[in-house]
Amino acid sequence: MKEFLLIFRNTYNPHEHPSPEQLQERMNWLGNIIAQNKLVDKGNSLSVEQAKTVRPEDVVTDGPYTEIKEFISGYMILRAETIEEAIAIAKANPSLKDGGNIEVRAINKSE
Amino acid sequence: MNEKDTSWKELLPHLFRLEYTKMTAVLCRHFGLQHIETAEDITSETFLKATEAWALHGIPENPTAWLYTVAKNKTKDHLKHLRVFETQVKDAIRPDELQAEEDPDFTPQTITDSQLAMIFAVCNPANSAEAQICLALQILCGFSVEEIANAFLSKTETIKKRLLRARANLRKDNFQIRQLQEATIQSRLDVVLRTIYLLFNEGYFSRSNNHLIRKDLCSEAIRLALMLIENPLTNTTHANALLALMCFQSSRLDARADETGESILFEQQDKSRWSTELIEKGNYYLVNACSGNYVSKYHLEAGIAYWHTTPTDHNKWEHILQLYNQLILIEYSPMTALNRTFAFAKVHGHELAIEEAEKLKLVEHTAYHSLLGYLYAGVDEQKAIVHYSKALSLTKSKAEKKTLMKEIERLSGQNSWNAG
Repeated sequence: MKEFLLIFRNTYNPHEHPSPEQLQERMNWLGNIIAQNKLVDKGNSLSVEQAKTVRPEDVVTDGPYTEIKEFISGYMILRAETIEEAIAIAKANPSLKDGGNIEVRAINKSE
Repeated sequence: MNEKDTSWKELLPHLFRLEYTKMTAVLCRHFGLQHIETAEDITSETFLKATEAWALHGIPENPTAWLYTVAKNKTKDHLKHLRVFETQVKDAIRPDELQAEEDPDFTPQTITDSQLAMIFAVCNPANSAEAQICLALQILCGFSVEEIANAFLSKTETIKKRLLRARANLRKDNFQIRQLQEATIQSRLDVVLRTIYLLFNEGYFSRSNNHLIRKDLCSEAIRLALMLIENPLTNTTHANALLALMCFQSSRLDARADETGESILFEQQDKSRWSTELIEKGNYYLVNACSGNYVSKYHLEAGIAYWHTTPTDHNKWEHILQLYNQLILIEYSPMTALNRTFAFAKVHGHELAIEEAEKLKLVEHTAYHSLLGYLYAGVDEQKAIVHYSKALSLTKSKAEKKTLMKEIERLSGQNSWNAG
């Protein structure tokens, strides 16, 4: 089993006003992963208000969304045999229906 | 045998179950936990004396008071002998030990306090969960070794050994039974709740087919939880949630088995046999449990059990599924995963649930194949039969075997099914 980082990207703040139905859908997706005992870390959602980017030469700009249309809204870590399996799990995430996308990255561990 | 004879023979076992644990708890508080065997000896001797005296003279006017007086006198005698030994026989006297006043105090308040302290003493983290349950059954609930072995489907020798080891740990522990300190309560309450929870589950999902033992285990667990609720120091939201859970579950106890002891599936239970009184109590404690901000697994399980007792709410299964989603986040277990998938099927239909269920790959579990059998029935009967048969080969429970065979028979449409 390898560990994979799922990075959630959105063009809107998904944590602002989720409807009960949206919440249920998200919880069901998460529940399916935990039921398979594949959750390593449920991660966290990331704040939209408190977001700054630090650049060289003492430049601090507002959140990452001034230059790109999407920002990272959260992350989690799961366990899967292959990246294909991790992708299949990510595909079922309801945020994809609302224009979000998910980056799947295998975590390199130094043994 | 005359009437006098039979009546004390009926009364004494009843009193034994009721008073043995109380008496031992008070005496343990009196002597200190390291002398638990002395406390038990005195209690046993008290009941032995009752057997002899009552057989001869009949039942005394106030049997309980009689028992306590005898216990008191036996304690005095014991301390007197001990003092003679300490002062005249043994050179080195340790004055700190056994300085207790001679009269153990059998007032209701002391009895309750002692029993509560006893729960915390028995739930010693040095012992394994199973050993704690065994100890709790013996010391707090007055079960005999045979009864415990029966409940666990173990040999009495195994239970005896387990109890011996657990008791040794109990004596080594510096736990003070005399006064329950708030810090001790804080540090042990979780273990206490877990032990009561496991005790209840041992009865509710018992491996034993003895219906009476199962009911006893459940009601003892409830009695212990009630004791926690009655003390302000232990009346926490978690304890209320646990008690609510046990009330809801117990409300179905009578409907879960038929006259022959065979278990009846939830959907086929006669709902008029559910206890409305226990359901109402469950509601009461669940409301109390929700006064804080903390959500424990007991809260979630009580919530699930609550929804099970409500007949036909439109969104019932969606609520249950969401509670399972949270529960599984707190504590993963294969059984929770399977139960969650059942709720998932109720909300999203069998075909989607089959996909999810098969991902669980719990191929060594009876319940996994039972669930898949259930989900495939009506979708693909051949596959349903394959899974039910696999479940049949994995289970050791006679009652479950019967239920599974019935389903296979129904699906295959053969009336002459005979699995030997």
